[in-house]
Amino acid sequence: MRPAVLVLCLAVSGYAVTIVLDDPALPRMLLWFLAVVVLHDGVLLPLYSGADRALVRLSAARRTRVPLVNHVRVPVLGAGLALLLFLPGIIGQGGDVHLGATGLDQRPYLGNWLLLVAAMGAVSATVYAVRVLRAGGCSRIDRSGPAGPP
Amino acid sequence: MTRTGARYGWPAGLWRALERRRPPLPRYRSPVRGPWLTAVLGLVLLVGMPVVVLTGLLDRVAYGSAPIPADVGLLQLPPFDWPTSPAWLFRLTQGTHVLLGLVLVPVVLAKLWSVAPKLTAWPPARSLLDAVERVTVLLLVGSALFEIVTGLLNIQYDYVFGFSFYAAHYVGAWVFIGALVAHVVLRFPALRRGLRSRSLRVELRTPLAATAPDPDVESELVATDPLPPTISRRGALALVGGGSLLVAGLSVGQVLDGPLRSTALLLPRGRTTAAADGGPNDFPVNRTFAASGIDPAATGAAWRLELAGARTVLLDRSALAAMARHTVALPIACVEGWSTEQTWTGLPLRDLAALAGLPSPTSALVRSIEQGPFAAAELTAGQVLHPDALLALRVNGADLSPDHGFPARIVVPALPGVRCTKWVGSIAFRGA
Repeated sequence: MRPAVLVLCLAVSGYAVTIVLDDPALPRMLLWFLAVVVLHDGVLLPLYSGADRALVRLSAARRTRVPLVNHVRVPVLGAGLALLLFLPGIIGQGGDVHLGATGLDQRPYLGNWLLLVAAMGAVSATVYAVRVLRAGGCSRIDRSGPAGPP
Repeated sequence: MTRTGARYGWPAGLWRALERRRPPLPRYRSPVRGPWLTAVLGLVLLVGMPVVVLTGLLDRVAYGSAPIPADVGLLQLPPFDWPTSPAWLFRLTQGTHVLLGLVLVPVVLAKLWSVAPKLTAWPPARSLLDAVERVTVLLLVGSALFEIVTGLLNIQYDYVFGFSFYAAHYVGAWVFIGALVAHVVLRFPALRRGLRSRSLRVELRTPLAATAPDPDVESELVATDPLPPTISRRGALALVGGGSLLVAGLSVGQVLDGPLRSTALLLPRGRTTAAADGGPNDFPVNRTFAASGIDPAATGAAWRLELAGARTVLLDRSALAAMARHTVALPIACVEGWSTEQTWTGLPLRDLAALAGLPSPTSALVRSIEQGPFAAAELTAGQVLHPDALLALRVNGADLSPDHGFPARIVVPALPGVRCTKWVGSIAFRGA
């Protein structure tokens, strides 16, 4: 059954592409199709995985009574997700079509995104502070030795 | 890194030679990765993605005649007249398509993260069939990301990609459908095994301190040298769910009227008009009068509505206004997923058909005085004859503003906004 399913999948894809076979923009479509995969698998995924590995290593080096790592992860991932999804407005791309369609400029988006980032950071920091206070008022384990920075 | 039971299919020599030449690929070491997490995320997508696909395909049906792309061969959808009832039908289907599509983005990203070890698994295939399956996975991931990216750019009016959104999104959808069906058929047993490998109830009660790496080292998803856990499995799921909630919170405003609309902080439809005066015409526009390129004089005293049918009738705006007595609350819902409900006043289209001498038309062609690809729309008999299908002159008790289609626009229950032609110049009714 496996060969039949795979051939069927390739056939549907191949047939779907014939819809745009005469479209002069077909090479651009194929380029974008491959580019989004390469950008995700080859850039975005290794980049955020690497950044996360560095964050984990950093927080392991600075041992705190309440682990800091998820209090960084959550707001950073939230900020990154919002940036990724709503990038055109935030960086002001496509302003003319946006204006023609909506009658509005793109000015508020960057400020709104920064406010969102600040709000998520503030909430995460507040929750962290509360957890630290509950854990005994002192976030650092002072006897942790030379691992901590000065 | 070689796992037990790694046998090679034909040509075995090639796969073995490949195995010896592993490039410096990243090794993914998260301890919470494993068949269970991937299966849970896969199940969410298995439920959600078909809804996104179906509501997306329905948009093509709702658009009606002369859809883009026009000729799609065998990938044509079953032809039926898009209903006019309930009036909020397109608001629901297209709102669902866009909102659910957005909300599932964090799940797609998490699913791809969860299978990252497969991406760098070496050798990349163990048989020719393996290699073909990897090509179909490329089609699946590529089409999913392609649909997400083109959809996201379209709802933000960013046409940086330089090709027809409609054609590319439709073709991409079919590549996705084919690849998704194949993936589900081939991987469903793995999904079931993964879901059964852990108990959801137990995982939801397991904190970080009790989280251990997956013992199923036979699975390619499980790291052979895992790092110490920094998040529990329930924490990872909460993170993904939180991402989806964040996206939902930032998007749902575009289908809401009133103060909640502004919660769509980063989307064009979080705002109404530049004036934002709260007046009768203060609701979102999808094509401004300025962008239409219409000479303002053409909408002034010289404007006439031409009705064609058994006879041709020319009416000026004051004649129409004298007859405009039907008032109804109807939504305007756009392909970009946003919508708004307003109260329109105008003339039922069926009264206009009667004026033109064709009280039971089989269709009608509405033309705008604007030039361009969306300046004409064909309406079905059901759409013309619905008692609430209007040539609207007023909205919320005031004349339409130029941006909303003054002197007159079409408003039909459940009809996509793009087909609710603004700045109407003529309506040609066709009989049997």
